[in-house]
Amino acid sequence: MGKLSVKNVSCTFQKKEDGSETEALENVSFEVKDGEFVCILGPSGCGKTTLLRIAAGLETLSSGEILLNGEKITGPDPKRGMVFQQYSLFPWRTVIENITFGLEMQKIEKTEAQKRAEKYLELVGLEQFKDSYPHELSGGMQQRAAIARAFANEPEVLFMDEPFGALDAQTRNVLQDELLKIWAQKHVTFLFVTHSVDEAVFLSDRIVVMSARPGRVKEIINVELPRPRSRTSPEANRLRDHVLKLLEEERFQKR
Amino acid sequence: MNFKFIKTLRQKSVEVVSVLSVIVLWQFTADWIVQNKLKLPSFYDVLVSFFSILESGSFFTDLLISLLHFGIGTIAAFLVGIPLGIAMGWFKKTSRAMDPIIEILRPIPPLAWIPFAMAWFGLTPTAAGFIVFMGMVFPIIINTYTGFKNIPKIYVEAAKVLGCNSNRELIRYVALPSAMPSIVAGIRIAMGVGWMCLVAAEMFGVNEDGLGYELWQSSHLHRMNFVLMYMLLLGFLGLFIDRSFRYYAESKLLKWKAGIVV
Repeated sequence: MGKLSVKNVSCTFQKKEDGSETEALENVSFEVKDGEFVCILGPSGCGKTTLLRIAAGLETLSSGEILLNGEKITGPDPKRGMVFQQYSLFPWRTVIENITFGLEMQKIEKTEAQKRAEKYLELVGLEQFKDSYPHELSGGMQQRAAIARAFANEPEVLFMDEPFGALDAQTRNVLQDELLKIWAQKHVTFLFVTHSVDEAVFLSDRIVVMSARPGRVKEIINVELPRPRSRTSPEANRLRDHVLKLLEEERFQKR
Repeated sequence: MNFKFIKTLRQKSVEVVSVLSVIVLWQFTADWIVQNKLKLPSFYDVLVSFFSILESGSFFTDLLISLLHFGIGTIAAFLVGIPLGIAMGWFKKTSRAMDPIIEILRPIPPLAWIPFAMAWFGLTPTAAGFIVFMGMVFPIIINTYTGFKNIPKIYVEAAKVLGCNSNRELIRYVALPSAMPSIVAGIRIAMGVGWMCLVAAEMFGVNEDGLGYELWQSSHLHRMNFVLMYMLLLGFLGLFIDRSFRYYAESKLLKWKAGIVV
């Protein structure tokens, strides 16, 4: 079960040097249903990553609240997994040791942890790189391992902060396909931040489009395309066109 | 076996020729140009002196005593330096409290502590160990501290969302391994400084044994071939200690770094 409610969230940052304030988020509200795949899309600097980090418990909000299954989020918790844009695998641990990290922290017995880790390693297709160190893997493989690491904790909701942002276009498409395949097998709620319209349209059930800073919800779009989706169907293109226009409006308003 | 030896000899031919030429040049200079055993003992003289301490057994007692002094200092420096560096790197308050004290004590040359070392510990191995400790502890503290300061934030955050939340766990599972390259580099620097302090402490007669002490005694007796032999011995030992530590560190502590292009 992973129902996420974002309620009137605002967030202001204070600059240390001169005390000036920047408003990152203003009164953001939306809901993510259990098992839903929601993408947050917006111009850069609109606070979408900040919102995700607050939900993960890595940042604090100024007002409002975020609830997971009705429970207020105050700090990080293994129930809420996160995959980062930067490569975040621990370089001193092998791939399998990275995946068992979360299980170790939850004091899960070693052989059981090993078994579970291997299962998720297989899910992302990295069995033969089990004992490699992260620096021996390509960027795409590292992100796959990071996804497996997040899944191994069996979280209720997974936050993804542009996890494919640093990858080349082809690898990105492959990983999107794989992510959807895993999502179909595992019951997880997804909140996925991206700056790519194509990615949002291909992946999500709903897209939360945000305005330029301070970030507000501009529009929530239902993506009613049948799965598996085609990246180039006329419906997908129409939707993409609509979202792009929304983002363009933001760009002009800013000037 | 024999064949292998010849093979490595052939691969290292340039190095071997270089060392041999220096020895030949040295022997020639000492015998034909300087012709004064006080100013430059020859290679042969030094070799003879080495065999004489091997035969008398004093080599082994002095070696053990020196290693004892060094060991006391090293262990003490580890026990104080690493935890202190960790505490300073992880807790801001500790860093603020300790930093001024360290900055005041650090520039004092370790050898300046010799009078107090003798006053506090008498003429004991502990006194020599204390001097080694004073030389080693600051590089270890500072490198541990820097290593902890430079931990990429992303690793800490990744650990937090995976359920690693207490300071104790974060230090043990994330910060320490991440800072290990810096700590290892600090230990290597510290061992070099400690080795120098060891010889100086022994020369001052903090304890009446050890390679440094013998070196100084030989000088008083004008046995310069022994002086030179002890110098070379100290050099080789320092090299050996550094290499063994590096081998241990790279095969055990930093195995994951092998092949990372920096």
